[in-house]
Amino acid sequence: MKALRVHEGLVAPMDRANVDTDLIIPKQFLKSIKRSGFGPNLFDELRYLDEGQPGQDCSNRPLNPDFPLNFPRYQGASVLLARENFGCGSSREHAPWALEDYGFRCVIAPSFADIFYNNCFKNGVLPVALPAAQVDELFEALYANEGYRITVDLEQQEVLLADGRRWSFPVDDYRRQCLLEGLDDIGVTLKSGAAIRAYEDKLRGRSPWLFSSEAGA
Amino acid sequence: MPGKTLYDKLWEAHLVEEREDGSALIYIDRHLIHEVTSPQAFEGLRLAGRTPWRLDANLAVPDHNVPTGSAERAGGVAGIIDSTSRLQVQTLDDNCEQFGIEEIPINDRRQGIVHVVGPEMGATLPGMTVVCGDSHTSTHGALGALAHGIGTSEVEHVLATQCLVQQKMKNLRMRVDGRLALGVTAKDLALAIIGEIGTAGGTGFAIEFAGEAVEALSMEGRMTLCNMSIEAGARMGMIAVDDVTIDYVRGRPMAPKGDQWELAVAAWGDLHSDADAVFDHEVCIDAASVAPQVTWGTSPEMVAAVTDLIPDPAAMSNTGQREAAVRALSYMGLSGGAPITSIPADRVFIGSCTNSRIEDLREAAAIVRGRKKADSVKQAMVVPGSGEVKAQAEAEGLDRIFLDAGLEWREPGCSMCLAMNADKLGKGEHCASTSNRNFEGRQGFGGRTHLVSPGMAAAAAIAGHFVDVRDFQGEPS
Ligand code: SF4
Repeated sequence: MKALRVHEGLVAPMDRANVDTDLIIPKQFLKSIKRSGFGPNLFDELRYLDEGQPGQDCSNRPLNPDFPLNFPRYQGASVLLARENFGCGSSREHAPWALEDYGFRCVIAPSFADIFYNNCFKNGVLPVALPAAQVDELFEALYANEGYRITVDLEQQEVLLADGRRWSFPVDDYRRQCLLEGLDDIGVTLKSGAAIRAYEDKLRGRSPWLFSSEAGA
Repeated sequence: MPGKTLYDKLWEAHLVEEREDGSALIYIDRHLIHEVTSPQAFEGLRLAGRTPWRLDANLAVPDHNVPTGSAERAGGVAGIIDSTSRLQVQTLDDNCEQFGIEEIPINDRRQGIVHVVGPEMGATLPGMTVVCGDSHTSTHGALGALAHGIGTSEVEHVLATQCLVQQKMKNLRMRVDGRLALGVTAKDLALAIIGEIGTAGGTGFAIEFAGEAVEALSMEGRMTLCNMSIEAGARMGMIAVDDVTIDYVRGRPMAPKGDQWELAVAAWGDLHSDADAVFDHEVCIDAASVAPQVTWGTSPEMVAAVTDLIPDPAAMSNTGQREAAVRALSYMGLSGGAPITSIPADRVFIGSCTNSRIEDLREAAAIVRGRKKADSVKQAMVVPGSGEVKAQAEAEGLDRIFLDAGLEWREPGCSMCLAMNADKLGKGEHCASTSNRNFEGRQGFGGRTHLVSPGMAAAAAIAGHFVDVRDFQGEPS
């Protein structure tokens, strides 16, 4: 996983509540058995006027001129500004894969769906939850200023605005540490291998039917 | 010290290690696997040179991509026409074989939707932690299990370590007092709850469903209710273990037997919240006030009673809600103020992990028996949740009832719930669907999904538009 400590970048809007994972990456692209290459199909149904197919070259598809990500001013954006309950719906990790592959390193919203929030951290995308009033203010600033950029500092857990203000945001320590250092969290867990074995031994004594060899005949 | 909630008990029983940073290592008893969210996880194991921690905790089954037409299905994996779907199912077979994981293959009689198969096989048991790379894993909480969906990185994590790094959720009790009226089902209750608390209402919580109406539900009804916890924003929903649970589990193929069964039942006796348990939040719903529900928009919270009108955005005071409603109605091709019953049903889909169990099929069959599908309905498909459900339905003659009424009787799988296989809506078509999500494009590009119960879907197939299922009770005249 790519580490993230401080990220500075151009902001783009996704100005609607309850953006679901089907909207972030439609299901036909879930048929891939790879982890990469989902970027061109991020928000596929909003971004293009036709129906996208997996494996298709997206460079010749008709773009939806009304969709902000297609506006020249947002090209190269790496911070997505969104509304409540972003990422609701399925557990598909293809959603953060698509965001990351497109070039987003950070999503700012008032709230996120639980599974999506968790999946982001595993893929080097930082979800930042800010109070709704602050998100409103960011939307206003973003619309008013072409080329609006922002800095997100995971180390300090702060969003830095152009005018010098700093807004803090919550992140739990474990996720923060993994993202700061780009840790392989399976490797971290395997360091607790002895504790897992000890737990399993206790479990086998307490609930032997959970182990197929002992479920009874 | 106050008592513990069911969730507290399940959490504590699976705690391997608590860490200083507030996270915890939680042991996973059952890991269910399907073809869509696992290939990258197996690939990750291979790249890191890792092997599964404990093989017998895993069970795999293909469901999302399998064709449900009998001709295509007969050819097995090799017969899947869509090459990307075929590759994904084949990849699951290959990975299970390579890593030694038990898989129920495509044309095995036990194959089906992973959330139907787990409880049906007894692979999901009370008191377990159950995870799967699929958000509707919440279904299994109906058995008094701690069950939730995970992403692909976590699928790999569970395969490699049998554990997950978790933060404890807060406790929410959803108490449903009184009894559901005749013709009103667990699906209507689930939709009414989402209408009440919204699709983010349960975010950050583990929901426990309780109260008279929940206790009165069958095990299958409880699964329908827990299934849609995720649509209410909660990763997990659960219900205390009682006699209904024990009776359901008894005799299932993978359930404990003999002495082990006695031991297990004794242990499961504690799987309920203590009387003095404290919940962070509680919501109360009056069951008697719930009518059959129909969603009119593009989020499950956009729902109304079938007897109601489609809401008028102009009357909404909250700007965000109004804008969302305007956008949704425009996508759905509907206008506020029109009766719900004026919405046509171009297609009907009875199936999905929410509503494809035998009781769901009986409910639908009771409505269409002796009646005919409306000519205006282009297609009405019934897709059983598993091969076992299909066999049971055929033994009861339900397949004949559906076929005689002009509905299609298909092979088990996810089918048009997500439309990853060939079963899809056309652009602009309205669908009466027993599935769980009505997001834009979910059932096909430009398709318009209305979530309903199996009885309501069946009634729509007959009437050609949405209609109160309670008008269809009894024999056709
Ligand atoms: S039936 Fe639908 S919701 Fe359930 S697992 Fe399949 S695709 Fe997901």
